[in-house]
This record gives sequence, C-alpha cells and structure tokens, in this order.
Amino acid sequence: MKQQIILSGLGGQGVLFVSKILGEAALARGLSVLMSETHGMAQRGGNVISHVKVFEREKGKPEGERDAATDPAWHVSPLIRPGHAHVLVALHEEGVKAHGHFLSPNGTLVCNRTPRTGPGDVDATGIARKLGNPVAANLVLLGFAAASGALFCSLDDLRRVLEKLGGPRRDANLAALEAGAEAGGE
Amino acid sequence: MAERKILLGNEAMAYGLLEAGCTLAASYPGTPASEIVGTLAALKRSGSIAMHVEWSINEKVALETALANSYAGRRSAAAMKQVGLNVAADPFMSAAYTGVKGGLVVIVADDPGPHSSQTEQDTRQFAMLAKVPVLDPLGPAHARDLLHTAFDLSEDYEVPVLFRPTTRVCHARQDMEIRPFRQDQPAPVFEKDPARWAATPKFRFLLHKQLNEKLDAVSRDSRLQPVQLNPAVSAEKAAGVIVASGAVCTHASEILKDLGLWEEIPLYYAPMPFPLPEDFLTGLLDQARRILVLEETQPVMEAQFRDRAKVQGRLSGHVPREGELLPETVEGIVRTFAGLPEAAAPKGAAAPGRRPTLCAGCGHRAAFFAIRKVFPRGIYPGDIGCYTLGLNLGAVDTVLCMGASISQAAGFYHAFRDSGQNSRPIVATIGDSTFYHAGIPALINAVIQGCRFVVVVLDNATTAMTGHQPTPAEGNTLDGRSVPKVSIEDLARACGVRHVSVGDPYDFEAFTGLLKAAKEHTRDPENGGMAVVIARRPCLMDRKQPKPDRKPVPAINDKCQGCGFCITHFECPALVFHGKEEAVTVDDVLCSGCGVCAHVCPHDAIEIPSQPQAGKESNHS
Ligand code: SF4
Ligand code: SF4
Repeated sequence: MKQQIILSGLGGQGVLFVSKILGEAALARGLSVLMSETHGMAQRGGNVISHVKVFEREKGKPEGERDAATDPAWHVSPLIRPGHAHVLVALHEEGVKAHGHFLSPNGTLVCNRTPRTGPGDVDATGIARKLGNPVAANLVLLGFAAASGALFCSLDDLRRVLEKLGGPRRDANLAALEAGAEAGGE
Repeated sequence: MAERKILLGNEAMAYGLLEAGCTLAASYPGTPASEIVGTLAALKRSGSIAMHVEWSINEKVALETALANSYAGRRSAAAMKQVGLNVAADPFMSAAYTGVKGGLVVIVADDPGPHSSQTEQDTRQFAMLAKVPVLDPLGPAHARDLLHTAFDLSEDYEVPVLFRPTTRVCHARQDMEIRPFRQDQPAPVFEKDPARWAATPKFRFLLHKQLNEKLDAVSRDSRLQPVQLNPAVSAEKAAGVIVASGAVCTHASEILKDLGLWEEIPLYYAPMPFPLPEDFLTGLLDQARRILVLEETQPVMEAQFRDRAKVQGRLSGHVPREGELLPETVEGIVRTFAGLPEAAAPKGAAAPGRRPTLCAGCGHRAAFFAIRKVFPRGIYPGDIGCYTLGLNLGAVDTVLCMGASISQAAGFYHAFRDSGQNSRPIVATIGDSTFYHAGIPALINAVIQGCRFVVVVLDNATTAMTGHQPTPAEGNTLDGRSVPKVSIEDLARACGVRHVSVGDPYDFEAFTGLLKAAKEHTRDPENGGMAVVIARRPCLMDRKQPKPDRKPVPAINDKCQGCGFCITHFECPALVFHGKEEAVTVDDVLCSGCGVCAHVCPHDAIEIPSQPQAGKESNHS
C-alpha cells in the first residue's frame, strides 16, 4: 500500500470533492485507487469521512480475463483500520476528535484550525475568506498538505487535475490550491 | 490502452448493466442504491443510451415493470435499497415461481451498520425465502463484471437473480478500464403461456417444483462456485479455514496478509452465498478442522452448513450478531480464530461527532417550527426523507417506513378518540416523493375511516435525501417527453380530503395561518374532517430549482441574551451558539438568507436588515 489517507469534515465542506481530486491525481500517476465515502443523512451537516487508498497497479491479466480469484486489485479492502492511516486531512478541527484514531502513530496530521497548535495546522478557512471564496477552504488545505510533502502526489499533480477538471470554478479552485501551498511551503 | 476511469460502485454497476445489454432499468431512489439508476438517468437525459430508464413511483411498480420487460425476452433490471425490497416483496416472491425470459437482475443494496436505513436486514435471506440465487460482489470493479454473470445465469435458468452489494461496494470508488456498451436490443417477443404467466394455485405447485429444480442446478453452476483465494495452502493441513462473501472478504484478505496468515489459513470467497453447493459444504466439513464464516449481516452461509459443530459465525456467537463488520472487527475475530493476541489497536473515536441537521435555510425547518407553534401539544408522526431530521426540532415523534406517517397518525387518532380524548392534535409530516410512493392509500384510508387530523406534505419539488431525483410533479420523462404533471393538491382532493391548502413556509405568518385553518377544519363538528396542508418550498440544494431571493444575512441585536432558544428549537446551522449570556452570531458562509429566524427569537433579537446588501461577503467584518 503506497498511501492510506483519511479525509474528515462536516457535510457540505467538500470532503468528497477532495477525495475525487486525490483519486484523479493517483490515476494520472498510473496508480490504482480505492476509496470509500459517506452518503445519505450524514451529508446534511454531520461528520463525513472518506477513506482513500492508493497503491501500485498490478500488471496481471487483461481485465476482461480476470476473475475474483486472480485479481489482487479486487482483494483490497475499501476501509482503513484505526491506527493505519498515513495521513489524516481534517477540514474541520472536530474531525480530529471524531476520526483522529484512524491515524497511525507515525502518521501526519493536516488540520484546518486556528489558532495553530502544531506544524500541520493551517487557517484554511481564513485564507479562503481572504480570497473571497470561503467554500474553497478544502482546496486550500489540500494545497497546504501537498506543499508540506504529506501526500503521495505533488502540488503539480493536483494543479493538473484541477486544470483538466475545468468548469466555471477552475481559476478560483487553482487560486485556492496555490494559496494553501504558499502557506505549506513557508 | 483502454481509458481508465474512477467509478463509484453504483456507477460501475450502471456500466455493467449497459455492457450486458440490459434494455430496461427501473428504480425508486434509496441510499445506498440511488446512483445506480441515477447514472443511467443522466446518460438517458443526455440522449446517449437507448435503454428505458425510469424513476418509478415505488419499488413494487419498478420490479413489476422490469419483470414484464423480461417476460418479453429482454434483459431488465430493478434497483433499490434493502427496505425497498420489502415494498416489492409481493411481486418478487411470485416472480421466483413464474421465472423470467430475458435476464432479470434485481439489485438490492444492503446497509450494514446501518448508515442510512431503518434496518440491517440481509437481502440474501430474502433470496432464501423466495428461493432465488443471490450474488455478493467484492467491490466496484468486481460488481460490474459479476453483473454479466448474473444476467447469463438468469437467462440460462429462467430465474430472477438477486444482486446484493452493500454500502461499502455501492459507495466505494475504484479505477477500472472503460468498455463499450452493448448496442443490440433484442426485439420483444411475448409468448402467451397462461399456465405460467397467469398460473392459478394448482399450477403454482408445479412452478414451485420447477423452481426447486432450477435452484439445485444453479447451486452447481461452475461460474459461481466458491473459490479459494490463496490456493497454496490446503484446508486439510490448516488449523482452520475462512469462508467469506462481499466486502467482508476483502477485509479478511487484507488482514490475513497483514498478520502473516495468508499462507496459513485458506480463504474461500463465495460469489453466490445462496444457494451454496452441497459438495462444497460437505467437502469443507470433511476436510477442515474449524470453519469461520464472515458475512453481512445475517448468518446465511453459516446456516447452510447442516452440521455446525465446527462452524464459527454469527449463530455460534464468534461474530457479533449486529452491526457492520468493519475491518477492525474482522481483525479481532481473525486474531482469536488464529490464536493470536489481541491487537493493540487505538480505541474508537474520542468524540461522538455531530448529528446531521437540515440545511441552513431548508424550508422544512420553517414548516416544522410553525407546526410546533400551532400544535404545541401535538403528536407528530413523521416519515422517511431529509425531513426525518425534524426529530432534532421535536417535531417528529415516530419514523417507521415509507408512508407510515399518515397511517400511524390514523392509529393515534383512533387510540385517543376511542378513549374519549378527542382533543390531542395529531399532525403527520410526509415529503412529496414519499407521499406519491406510499402516502396515497393511507390518506384514502384515513378519510374513509372518518379520521380528523392534519397532514402536512413537505413539498420541496424533489427527492432530496437521495440526490434530487424528480417526482411525478415534474411532468417530463428522462428523455424529455412531456407527460401530465400529477399534482399533490389534486391527489389529496381525489382521496376525499375536503380541506386542502398550499403555502410557502418562508412566508411564516401566512403559513401559520394555513395550519390554524386546517386545525379548525379537523375540529369542525359539522363539516370537518381530514385536512392537508402542502408546504411548498423548493430544496435549496437542488440545482434544477431557481435560486430563491436572498434576504440580507440577519443581524443579532443587543436583546440577545444567549438563551439558546433558536439553537434548540430551530437549529439552523448558520446560527452559532457561544454559551449562555453570550449573543449568538450568524455564520455568513452557511446562511442562505431565508429570513425565517427573525420569526423564531422570543426576544426579537434577530432582525433582517432592510437594506439589501450587494454580496454576502460585505456583511462580514
Ligand atoms: S437537501 Fe434540501 S430538503 Fe434536504 S435538508 Fe437540505 S435544503 Fe432541506
Ligand atoms: S436567515 Fe436565519 S434561518 Fe435563514 S439561513 Fe440565515 S441564519 Fe438560518
């Protein structure tokens, strides 16, 4: 397993969006991903969690000829066990209380929190507000995590994913990522 | 190289249906199954697929529709969540007897945990009850492939096939190669055969016999035999073996590898947990010293071992009898099974976490607050949807199943009236989609039984909880043909309700007036009876709806003493509590500018500034 990441936040903060960006970054690197996410009632403001697992793609038989017995990619569990996450990305500091137990003792914590309590903290919401785009705190935090070297992928990988994604928020998304990266590269 | 995409399990299953040449898919939305037909519906809207796709009125109708398409020789699918199959149980049980022509796959998503459901029921037990085969995929990519086998199996044996993913399959995302969809659609052929398609009880006995024979043959089908995932280790030499199905099997596989047991304990994956082949069961009982069965959520495979002296699972108490089998739980079970010490795993969450709540500015919140105000001593039977969260506001007292708010309100009405306490007001709340799904017969019944209570239909013009699927009020099919709109007020009147009104809960005073008038109607000794009030306010999260006019973000004046009333009784997430005696503040990022909170504060501390502001940022200091 290359990297196991827990993303934690409250419903509506864009946990799902961040996990999708990470997934695309893995795919662009030729890696495989398996992710698990929260849907339904909890998305209405409750604690939301995404499990992201990134691993080397097995070069086995062509896909059409595989079956359950032979394809190792199909034997990966979609969930990360407590104490096994390499990184915890908390979009809200409550995520540390709710999901902190997933982090491995040697893992890295990245948290949207002010005032800062440690090197992994950043005021992502504050930075996003300054950009006039308070809902983009998720991307600020992602940029911060990438620039501080916590992730399997580089800031450049994430930039390319957001560029490819395009859409009306493209520029605002990229600006948020860069602002976070600046805070992370300090 | 083929294009690779990351697909959600439910998307992968939608692709699987298209690759397998399915010609009709019908569903009623429900977490965790919604995105299966949701994906197909999006493709249908964009005109990229020929398949008939529909959001049916309920699961029973969805299944019956799909079944007839299959009688006509075409591959068909119905998709639903596990409790949806309860609604569709009637056609499902009978379809097992009649069998099918074109392959029929009934995808039913289970929700161990449960995360978003009323029960943890195991659909595989439904398969046993109905005597149909059930497949249990490992994950998204596997589910896509296994659907092909499901259709082949269904056609080869002319039997419906249940396909049972769990939440962890439906809501996992995985990268996979994209393949072309099958384009040919066989012409419909319906061969009349009344002894089969319209069988009377006498012929049903024969159909039952045939079904039993089909099931025996299916259990031996080579495509779906249990497979040993680590064939290097032999069951005879090992201290024990594990048999698993579904996502739990992936947890087991990862944990065996992590604990260095991959070469020690044989792991069997059963793609078809029912019916398990007799040879496999007896063979394993012969060879293995101990057999651990890991499955969700009920003992289905475990129960098929006739001699369970060696078998450990949910029946024997080695596996918890309820709840999701999370990987950490599986690790504990496997460690005990293998005689390893307990893991020094970190304990669970330090905090219970936040409970979900209605969105800031949700029209339901305003409606619930008004109901509490007009019927302070009411009994409030509720229903299934976002508005179940009226619980937090003390405006939902019961939640049972789709449509039950109205029938339960009737039951409460009879209980109190029959004991002479006519005065206890009863207000049922039900969403628009739920009303269409199962509320109508209950409303007719309340009318014809002479009930007198108020039904508030919370009409947000969509099926919000499950991702904003359309309702019959939309008046369009997925491919854009216009069809009659079915209106809730017309339906309510047609059900025999004489007092029907419609209002916008944002318009708080007027809406409160409607509730009062409805209350009067239920009490009018001469002409009174049932009353329906439709609270019409589009869901804020539904991108298809026009954005409502924003009022300025409320201002909190110095009358605010931090009493917390607006927090406990209204709970708008944009209102932030800072403790007693501190004034609340407004989170301008979350606030939608609905203006309703101004009606809530008993001290008039919340005001909506009269000057509209340019943008929401300008209010932030
Ligand atoms: S999604 Fe819509 S209906 Fe559901 S809570 Fe939010 S605003 Fe209300
Ligand atoms: S106006 Fe009041 S009730 Fe409406 S969203 Fe804002 S804070 Fe909540």
